[in-house]
Amino acid sequence: MSELLGQTPSQTVGPYYTLRLFREGENILVPPGHPGRIVVQGIVLDGDRRPIEDALLEIWQANSVGRYRHPDDVRDLALDDGFTGFGRAITDFETGVYRFETIKPGLVPDAEGAFQAPHISLIVQGRGMLNPVFTRIYFSDEDEANRDDLILRGLPAIRRGTLIAELVENGVYRFDVLFQGDDETVFFDF
Amino acid sequence: MSEPIIRYYGPKAYADHPPFSYPDYRSTVKRSPTHDLIRIVQTLSETTGPGPAWTEISEEDTDLTTNTGTGSPAIGERIIVTGRVLDENGRGVPGTVLEIWQPNASGRYSHWRETEFPAPLDPNFVGVGQCLTDAEGGYRFTTIKPGPYPWGNHPNAWRPCHIHFSILGPSFGMRLVTQMYFPGDPLIPLDPIFNSAPPHARSRMIATYDHEVTEANWALGYRWDIVLRGELATPMDEGGD
Repeated sequence: MSELLGQTPSQTVGPYYTLRLFREGENILVPPGHPGRIVVQGIVLDGDRRPIEDALLEIWQANSVGRYRHPDDVRDLALDDGFTGFGRAITDFETGVYRFETIKPGLVPDAEGAFQAPHISLIVQGRGMLNPVFTRIYFSDEDEANRDDLILRGLPAIRRGTLIAELVENGVYRFDVLFQGDDETVFFDF
Repeated sequence: MSEPIIRYYGPKAYADHPPFSYPDYRSTVKRSPTHDLIRIVQTLSETTGPGPAWTEISEEDTDLTTNTGTGSPAIGERIIVTGRVLDENGRGVPGTVLEIWQPNASGRYSHWRETEFPAPLDPNFVGVGQCLTDAEGGYRFTTIKPGPYPWGNHPNAWRPCHIHFSILGPSFGMRLVTQMYFPGDPLIPLDPIFNSAPPHARSRMIATYDHEVTEANWALGYRWDIVLRGELATPMDEGGD
């Protein structure tokens, strides 16, 4: 095998990333009134459970029929006009609260030929973070699918709940991201 | 129904990246995971990503000295920064989005959070740019050499001159945000953010002065390549006698 080039080290986005990495409206993936529109919101908390007031959250998801807008997803499923599946949100500078307006994704295949529970991939970065963290947002009203999900099943039962966004009112889910402590959000390496 | 293409990517080489917690950079201590990361098998959710869908990039955003639209050029040392985005197999990463941001020649960010450092703003410089890599993974920006600036990490702390780079890449797992530094900057060895990277990998963040890139009577040239995770070799590629 040939020698690999060394990866360029990750560095923090710092405090000024909103100059480029967030623009108004990038957290809104579908317009108000869009069929199946949901809100995913929550707070990002540090190891002292103080709000992280300058975090950047990036999501990536399939559309309502489970199709990713990506050249590798060649499945015969419809793409939605105008739905990219990508969004960016920043936490509120006072409260650490973020908000996405999107749709619940459909089913995408897992590594064993079955389907995964509906989920949104999430990257969190911020000042004071030298690497991004990768996690997933699942949904509390998908009990059965969550029980069968290969990745959720692989987690220690006590930590599984950190990845489940809770339906708090009609179409509104709460998903907090916690660093450190027993209830730390599960972060992935893949 | 056609099967999706699953390209498996090599792991993020954590030994080449900073640790999550690096106490010399104080804010990392409470903003880092303490549990081990949980290793998962890549699925379509990990091997795809938003990079390829993002194609609306205006050409003028490769020139940060003029892209404020004021009609007047930014003040400072005009430079060209060019290079390639590669994967670790040495292949160029084409059509990927690069986004950059930086302070002006005085070290002042055009950002509402910068309130402490009494350096002048330049009305003709915002300090943001973006481009798509070309077919070989190449990119090229014209900008102003950013100045150093103080920060609150420790007494008399100064960040070396740097430009922030963000790359989305073809898959979500290849996401990289990093910083490009300038050769010979005396602040580099004093900087805990630079030093957070392991010693063997630090020089990968420093651009090279390249006289071939320098344009006569116009701008100095720097070259900097960025290396992302790459596709794993297939079993056939690994074979051979």
